[in-house]
Amino acid sequence: MPGFDTRMLAKHGGLIALAVLLLINIAITPNFLQLQTLFVNISQVATIAIVAVGMTLVIATAGIDLSVGAVMAVAGALAPLIFLSEFAQAYPTLGLAASIIVPILVALLCGLFNGVLVAYLGVQPIIATLIFFISGRGIAQVLTNGNLQTFAHPGFSYIGTGKILGLPFQGWLVVVIAIVFWYIVNRTLFGRRILAVGGNERAAKLTGTPVRRVKTGVYVISAGLSGIAGLIVVAINSASDAARIGNLMELDAIASAVVGGTLLMGGKAPIFGAVLGAVIIQLVKYTLLANGVADEVALIAKAGIIVLAVYVQQGRKE
Amino acid sequence: MQPLLKMQGINKSFAGVAALTSAELEIAPGEVHAVIGQNGAGKSTLIKILTGVYRKDSGDIAFEDKPWNALSPRESQDNGIATIYQELSLVPLRSVTENVIMGYEPRTRFGLIDWKAAHKRTREILADFGVDIDVTQPLGNYSTAIQQLTAIARAVSLNSRLVIMDEPTSSLDDREVETLFGVVRGLKARGVSVIYISHFLDELFQICDRATIMRDGQRVAVREIASTTKLGLIADMLGRDPEEISAAGMTDLGGGTHEAGELLLEATNLHTDRNLRDVSVSVHKGEIVGLGGLLGSGRTEAARAIFAMDKLRNGTVATHRNPAGFRDPAEAIRGGIGFLTEDRKAEGIVPEMSVRENMTLALMPRLVRNGAIDRAKEEEIVKKFVDALGIKLASIEQPIRELSGGNQQKVLLARWLALEPDLLILDEPTRGVDVGAKFEIQSIIREYVEKGVGVLLISSEFEELVEGADRIVVLQDGKSVSELQNPGITEESLIGAIARSHDGPGKGAAA
Amino acid sequence: MLDQNTFDLRRYIQGNGQSMGVWIALIVMIAFGAMRYDNFTGAYNISSFLNYNSMFIVIALGMCFVIMTGGIDLSVGSVVAFASVCVAYLSPYGIQVALPGGILAGMAIGGLNAFFVIAMRIPPFIATLATMLGAKGGALVISGRQTISVDWGSNFTKFGMGSVGGILPWSIIVVALLAVALWIVLEKTSIGRTVEAIGGGEDATKMMGLPVNRAKAFVYILSGGCAGLAGVILASGFGAGQPLEGVGWELSAIASVVVGGTLLTGGLGSVPATVAGALLLGLVFNILNFENGRGVISFSAYWQMVIRGLFLFVVILLQSRVSRVGAKQGA
Repeated sequence: MPGFDTRMLAKHGGLIALAVLLLINIAITPNFLQLQTLFVNISQVATIAIVAVGMTLVIATAGIDLSVGAVMAVAGALAPLIFLSEFAQAYPTLGLAASIIVPILVALLCGLFNGVLVAYLGVQPIIATLIFFISGRGIAQVLTNGNLQTFAHPGFSYIGTGKILGLPFQGWLVVVIAIVFWYIVNRTLFGRRILAVGGNERAAKLTGTPVRRVKTGVYVISAGLSGIAGLIVVAINSASDAARIGNLMELDAIASAVVGGTLLMGGKAPIFGAVLGAVIIQLVKYTLLANGVADEVALIAKAGIIVLAVYVQQGRKE
Repeated sequence: MQPLLKMQGINKSFAGVAALTSAELEIAPGEVHAVIGQNGAGKSTLIKILTGVYRKDSGDIAFEDKPWNALSPRESQDNGIATIYQELSLVPLRSVTENVIMGYEPRTRFGLIDWKAAHKRTREILADFGVDIDVTQPLGNYSTAIQQLTAIARAVSLNSRLVIMDEPTSSLDDREVETLFGVVRGLKARGVSVIYISHFLDELFQICDRATIMRDGQRVAVREIASTTKLGLIADMLGRDPEEISAAGMTDLGGGTHEAGELLLEATNLHTDRNLRDVSVSVHKGEIVGLGGLLGSGRTEAARAIFAMDKLRNGTVATHRNPAGFRDPAEAIRGGIGFLTEDRKAEGIVPEMSVRENMTLALMPRLVRNGAIDRAKEEEIVKKFVDALGIKLASIEQPIRELSGGNQQKVLLARWLALEPDLLILDEPTRGVDVGAKFEIQSIIREYVEKGVGVLLISSEFEELVEGADRIVVLQDGKSVSELQNPGITEESLIGAIARSHDGPGKGAAA
Repeated sequence: MLDQNTFDLRRYIQGNGQSMGVWIALIVMIAFGAMRYDNFTGAYNISSFLNYNSMFIVIALGMCFVIMTGGIDLSVGSVVAFASVCVAYLSPYGIQVALPGGILAGMAIGGLNAFFVIAMRIPPFIATLATMLGAKGGALVISGRQTISVDWGSNFTKFGMGSVGGILPWSIIVVALLAVALWIVLEKTSIGRTVEAIGGGEDATKMMGLPVNRAKAFVYILSGGCAGLAGVILASGFGAGQPLEGVGWELSAIASVVVGGTLLTGGLGSVPATVAGALLLGLVFNILNFENGRGVISFSAYWQMVIRGLFLFVVILLQSRVSRVGAKQGA
């Protein structure tokens, strides 16, 4: 019987889990309290958190976006193609700008595709985004012919390795994105409409909410943020492998959103919760990795976390 | 005589809130027994405990002198108690046969379903109800009435000793209600008991023998229907004095007392894909125009067409501000129209959102300053309406789902009033709210009408229409067929107008 | 006599028109292939086509049942990989042990799905996404990230490589028998009826007193078992347990089910049309392979994923109208 305890757990579960994870790591993980560890984790968590923010918005409309990882791959495969092209060699600044803007635009288009399928054709979100979930990565691999693209491009790499005030650039980016979207959700018309659409679509429609545009909007945002995350991954690695960029990211993002308190049935969009969720997911991964647990076992652990997080959330719904 | 069913001292609470406190219910064999009470009185909870949907916290239930402890709907069905729930509990995509015999299918020698026998048996069962349809078709292809009768047919075919009907007539028209009553009388004649739950008190006087009245999770009275009155039942439900209610009048709208002002809405020859063929209606400033007619006559559909929820195939909607009508609800809202839906749960409230957010849902675009919602202004407006409408709540940040039905309805009404509309379309504004809230909502409406708001009122309660509306446009089969003018409308004259427009001889609840 | 809506012809055509369309498309494509390519109707192509696609047919069958309840099983691809590794280890004991072993391995993961969905009330796509991860992790753990070669000494590989008369592979015979059995289960037994009723309205089905949980457990375990069988065919046909195989197979299965006219929202479905859908998707790849061989077009393996997505997209476009009619009816 999911009683009082699970509700307490659901409310503060995120923070408790974070505290427990930190304590465990301090106790068992070698060199955990090092600045280097912090940097590694920030740079890793950034991509999860950015995608999780978009996922949170989609889930708030009672949707889901399985295509985030594949969209990351598309964006991440495109960027090196552009800045390694002859055009970019000739015009370095323009080439760099294009290698950031074009992949994000393409990502937005992917989101538009998802959004139109869901909002205008009435396809269930799982199915609509499943199309890109599989074929998006295929497209990325077709683009690069399945090759690993390595490069040395300090300008582009800044978004993955640069530092502002001693902290990684993408950490700051997460903070900015989270604040912007928190403001949108809590203070703007669009944000309120997202929650209304997820909370009761028919009521939203009856009160003049442009339901289709709102839904399309969240998928576009989610894809755009995924595009940014894809660029960051490529920049961190100074390499682009279409098969691996954003692989299983949809799971991390969904897990972060759910751990952060997003209801799968829609109507809630805790942005900072999603960021906290991302931190927890990252810490779990790091804990396992740093203590010599194999990747594949980490997969199983992550599966367990997702099931547990959703289960606890179900308890809260009662 | 030994009672067929005896429930005693039933307690049940949800998340610490008591829904039933030592509730009781006694049903005699072969009687039709009404269970009535306001929303939240505990009727549904009591029934769901009986049928195994919920578990009781404590108490005793005896059925046919044996202790009864059904753990699931299936178990209660197998032991002689069948239920027809308010929400149709059928599967529209599947065939009629499957819906009737599912779970009790005839088998062939190999243990497989014998479809031929199943269809035959279904046809036989339905024939008892005067229904002759192709049972192999998906149930969803048939009208709501047929679906309802199918549900009843299923229940009855299971050799039940007790059949529970929860608001069985809410989606039936008069002739169908008569068919249903025939079925109920047939059950009674066969010695089957019926628990009959209904908001329509008139019906109880036609078919029930006794009534259990519930209030605040308890049984407050058991009455012989023959020796009580409608007023008496209402008094029991409310816990008030019959005379007090009688003096106050049954409704608080008071139509027909005002001069109509300038023309607000002129809708002509409305025709949509949703069973709306040819409806014309106009509303003036400071006027309540009622849409009369039976269920399915096109009342809600006409309202949806005016509010641009459904596309017009033919006809025009013109308002004093928008001579060309509207393309979507957002435009209608900007044009000064509000539409209070009849389906509060499905189309009205956003359950997880706060009262504040729910109330300003339609108003939001006007609250935007510099790209953000003006929270101070929002709170000011919400507080104003909470006070003005007497909405009972802990805080305006409370989720609306925690409010009672009447208070939710007031929030939704405020949602539209906050827009300062010229025209309000009110679809069943007092359905499913308790009598107290009903009076309050009616007087709020009247107050706004006096300020010049025009109202298009849809109500299944003839009283509300007759006493409230200045004019009543009578609809039938998606067409407007006549118009009545107040003062001078009586329930009889309205019923007469509706009945006149019917071709067939069958006419129902007028008696 | 009561009013009644007459039989809705338009809906009927839309409902059955699609599954009829699948058969027509199938025939047209076979005719096209037979006329255009010399070896298309040759024993080798037919046999290898059926052998390879028997895996996709069988996972589509399981998926069809899950989707009919309104659920989804995203774990099938990983389960195929997991089961293929398991049976590779079992292969020395022969097919008589490996076959049930592989199916049981799949059913175990299906059972886990069922537990998550029914007992823990986790939405199916989350639950099966998690087991997708788990099964993949499991396959990698027990295989040590290696392809596990099967025992060629036992009769194990005969199942995946042998055929009757050089044209009908054993695998397709087993899958065909299973399809017929499942067809009977769906149409003629109460568990089958319950499965479709759940998709049409779970609460209503529960209120009718039908065994909703049992039926849901049945479909997830069935789907796991089907994926397990596909894993056996994979390991036995390719001579190895492959922990990395099966990526994107759930998409093929879903596309096959949907193209067969099963409503994604549940409640309506057909076993034969699902088989036809799987064959149709297989034929698309078969014909593209032939075109590739002729040098008319050239596509890398990566295109497979793109084409699967495209295929699903087209099917969804076709179905979105039908399901909207269904939704209106259900409302």
